[in-house]
Amino acid sequence: MEYFLQQLINGLTLGAIYGLIAIGYTMVYGIIGMINFAHGEIFMIGAFISLIGFLLLNAFGLHSALAAILIVLVVTMLFTSVYGWAVERVAYRPLRGSFKLAPLISAIGMSIFLQNYVQLFQGARPKPLQPILEGGITLMESNGFSVEISYLQMVILTLTVVLMVAFSLIIKETTLGRSQRACEQDATMAALLGINVDRTISLTFVMGAALAAVAGLMFDLYYGVADFFIGFLAGVKAFTAAVLGGIGSLPGAVLGGVLIGLIEAFWSAYCSIEYKDVAVFAVLVLVLIFRPSGLLGRPEIEKV
Amino acid sequence: MRVPLLEVEHLSMRFGGLLAIDDVSFTAFAREITAIIGPNGAGKTTLFNCLTGFYRPTSGKLTLHQAMRQHQLERMAGFRITRVAGVARTFQNIRLFAGMSALENLIVAQHNKLMAASKFSLAGLLGLPVYRNAERAAVEQARFWLDRLNLSDQADRPAGTLPYGAQRRLEIGRALCTGPHLLCLDEPAAGLNPTESAELNRLLVSIRDELGIGILLIEHDMSVVMTISDHVIVLDHGAKIADGTPAEIRADASVIKAYLGEPDDADLAQIERDLA
Amino acid sequence: MGWRHRVIDAGITALVVLVLTTPIVGLKLVPGQAALGIESHFGTVFILAGAAFVLRLALTLFLSVKGRLSFGAVTSIGAAITRRTKSIAAIALAGAVILPFITNGHIIQAATMVLIYIMLGWGLNIVVGLAGLLDLGYVAFYGVGAYTFGLMSSHFGWGFWQCLPLAGLFAASLGMILGFPVLRLRGDYLAIVTLGFGEIIRIILLNWTSLTNGPNGIGDIPRPSFFGLSFLRRPPHGMSSVWDVFGLSFSPLYAQGFLYFVVMALALGTNLFTLRMRRLPIGRAWEALREDEIACRALGINPTNIKLSAFAIGAMFAGFAGVVFAATQTFISPESFTFSESAMILAIVVLGGMGRQMGIVLSATALVTLQEALRDFDQYRMLMFGAAMVAIMVARPRGLLSYRAPSILLPPVQAA
Repeated sequence: MEYFLQQLINGLTLGAIYGLIAIGYTMVYGIIGMINFAHGEIFMIGAFISLIGFLLLNAFGLHSALAAILIVLVVTMLFTSVYGWAVERVAYRPLRGSFKLAPLISAIGMSIFLQNYVQLFQGARPKPLQPILEGGITLMESNGFSVEISYLQMVILTLTVVLMVAFSLIIKETTLGRSQRACEQDATMAALLGINVDRTISLTFVMGAALAAVAGLMFDLYYGVADFFIGFLAGVKAFTAAVLGGIGSLPGAVLGGVLIGLIEAFWSAYCSIEYKDVAVFAVLVLVLIFRPSGLLGRPEIEKV
Repeated sequence: MRVPLLEVEHLSMRFGGLLAIDDVSFTAFAREITAIIGPNGAGKTTLFNCLTGFYRPTSGKLTLHQAMRQHQLERMAGFRITRVAGVARTFQNIRLFAGMSALENLIVAQHNKLMAASKFSLAGLLGLPVYRNAERAAVEQARFWLDRLNLSDQADRPAGTLPYGAQRRLEIGRALCTGPHLLCLDEPAAGLNPTESAELNRLLVSIRDELGIGILLIEHDMSVVMTISDHVIVLDHGAKIADGTPAEIRADASVIKAYLGEPDDADLAQIERDLA
Repeated sequence: MGWRHRVIDAGITALVVLVLTTPIVGLKLVPGQAALGIESHFGTVFILAGAAFVLRLALTLFLSVKGRLSFGAVTSIGAAITRRTKSIAAIALAGAVILPFITNGHIIQAATMVLIYIMLGWGLNIVVGLAGLLDLGYVAFYGVGAYTFGLMSSHFGWGFWQCLPLAGLFAASLGMILGFPVLRLRGDYLAIVTLGFGEIIRIILLNWTSLTNGPNGIGDIPRPSFFGLSFLRRPPHGMSSVWDVFGLSFSPLYAQGFLYFVVMALALGTNLFTLRMRRLPIGRAWEALREDEIACRALGINPTNIKLSAFAIGAMFAGFAGVVFAATQTFISPESFTFSESAMILAIVVLGGMGRQMGIVLSATALVTLQEALRDFDQYRMLMFGAAMVAIMVARPRGLLSYRAPSILLPPVQAA
């Protein structure tokens, strides 16, 4: 029982990270109808920038964990957002309206480019980070096994919930959010009504990138290591999460992320750790076959 | 004697909260041109999509009568409706294979016949006569329509590069190459000038008379509808509001009201003059 | 665009590059004594920003003169190549045939790899180029083919010629099993799912150690025999050797050369098969499906069957290529079957012009030679790869050689 609870906590934390990345996928897919293949790499870049940030702050003598996290959070979000913006501008905007495979292939090329760009300039070896935030609370103890939730896990979970609520509010209440929803429904009409579609789409990418940056930072803190390859795997899993939750739905993305995190944690704990990725991929296939609109999504009606 | 070709019985189509088609029933007869008209949003294209398997109707029956058998379209998969029941269609926003030539478009339409002749492509790969003859026949069938539709000199050009009117004609020709019993045309006259519309009228009438195919037509262009239709059905807000000959429809007050709102007598007189 | 405008635009570009490269390029993480240290490389950052400024300026200048990024010169070369495809193909073929007689073993090996990639490109071309199905897990079938050979030979002593059709069969079957549930998904979803399949296969190959020997791979894979005659110095029991029958002195070149020609024959077979299929109803249906699936349904064509056929046939050729690969390297491990391979094969198809057979020969040759030449600079190669893919899509979405010849022309009217 204790083991189960611990895995539950671990899975939720992992799921929070996936959820944040998934939001980026779902928002972009909702607005321009394509999978941003390079999004996983944006997450990876966020992780690297966070790592660099922490090291710099440490070198400058800042030792307060919370202050460091806050500063790095803002800085990483800023820099990663620029990456998100640039990717859209270079690889996707010119291809809007092109034949269906073109933006996809461009996205794959971008993903390859970014992975190797980081590998080239940062080296291929994994970069470790010493623990920034340590300690936690023991929830319960029995049979010699204790269920703990670390401060870090609490931070991650809280931050995710806060961000999810914040971004949901942005989408629902602000002009930007309304513009986004308008562009999702009918971009041509939105443009005719005076909405700057280009800017709306760019901002969507920026928002997604910012959230991925946060996920990258959390990944650094949680796993204590970053390498150029984490984007690929996390990207596919986060996309699975977005699909599972219902593509186009922000709460769905987080829900999907949490579910995927739980599946991965429980599968590793109770079945086999080597095949945990296979379990997640299997979920993707099953969802797409049996319920492509996901848990919270709306079924797509074919427009003929 | 009028032979029923397509029987629509109590067809309804609901999308979530929206009732797009509301208990519509009518019969289209063989060897006739049946027009479906109505203001925008009346549910005409939705009806087509139900007929041709792109939507699964919420309720109702769609029966296609062939000489020896009937087909229940509401239960059939889209491609089967064309293949087995012999219902072919064109699209409001022309869906040609733009990168393929006009001839290729017409050959692809005869896919099923050719696939059968190629025996899982084996006969094709080996170049056996059974396939070669089938391909030759398909080319001749395509050539027949290319000539008929004035497209012969464009046969090898990519379909996407053809002028608009030619593309519309090609799409009709492609639907005809599937050998249908019922031809469903979604706004075939859209974007055509009066000369082209007149040509279209002649084409559709000849298809009806020479090939004996039934035609179901969605159209806004009244010069086409009133001139060549044998039978007109009017939809408004998803429901059928009139069903009869063009003359009957022309005089039907509810039709006029649907298109134009409640007219006063002066307007009514003007409209009647326009329609005549 | 006036000069001032252009300069400002280039300036903004340079600024963006500056921001982007400052963390990743400018601050490099290096191993230190206790933890990581940071090395500053701001010189590189400024060089990159400067380069961005110059390039962007040049680009806007070029566009204002030429109107569109159309790679005019490349297009006309491309069109010229397409028109003279037959003669160029003949020359290339002649060159390929002579090659082993005039070069050494190392080059033959490299050329064999080029041929394998050409075959893979032609195979994936059926799926992506002709049918328009974005398969990102093609490497799965490649791996299945290779491992079929590896396992059959190490467990049952089967040879190349027996395993070849078997591998094709397995790969095609796997293609149908995997394809059936997912082929009705739309483009992006299909791409991710096939990517998932590719990864699943790789993970299974890596972890099912009892079957596949895991990361240690399978070695001692035999080369094909010459009509039953072995190329080994000491042939296995019951087999005679090429050396005895033909009275030749042993040299590894003969086996390599023979394998080279076998691969070439297989590749040419793939090509001829595809060319033929394009003129058959099924090939046309593939292309029609790529153009507009909804229109296909409206013509009575069953999209699922068509897609399955493309997928399975493409998989079969990947399976063949896998067998050949195993024979060339005589050793296989899961490392060779990663997503990067799928991406590379996709790049070959895309850069060569989707659907163009000749283009794929060119892009495969270019990419594999680049791979060999830049073996020490692997990251640069992949970097340029990715950049090239983006650039080609932005400039010419239909690839470098994009003129499509119809599969059938209207014959002149025959006298009755």
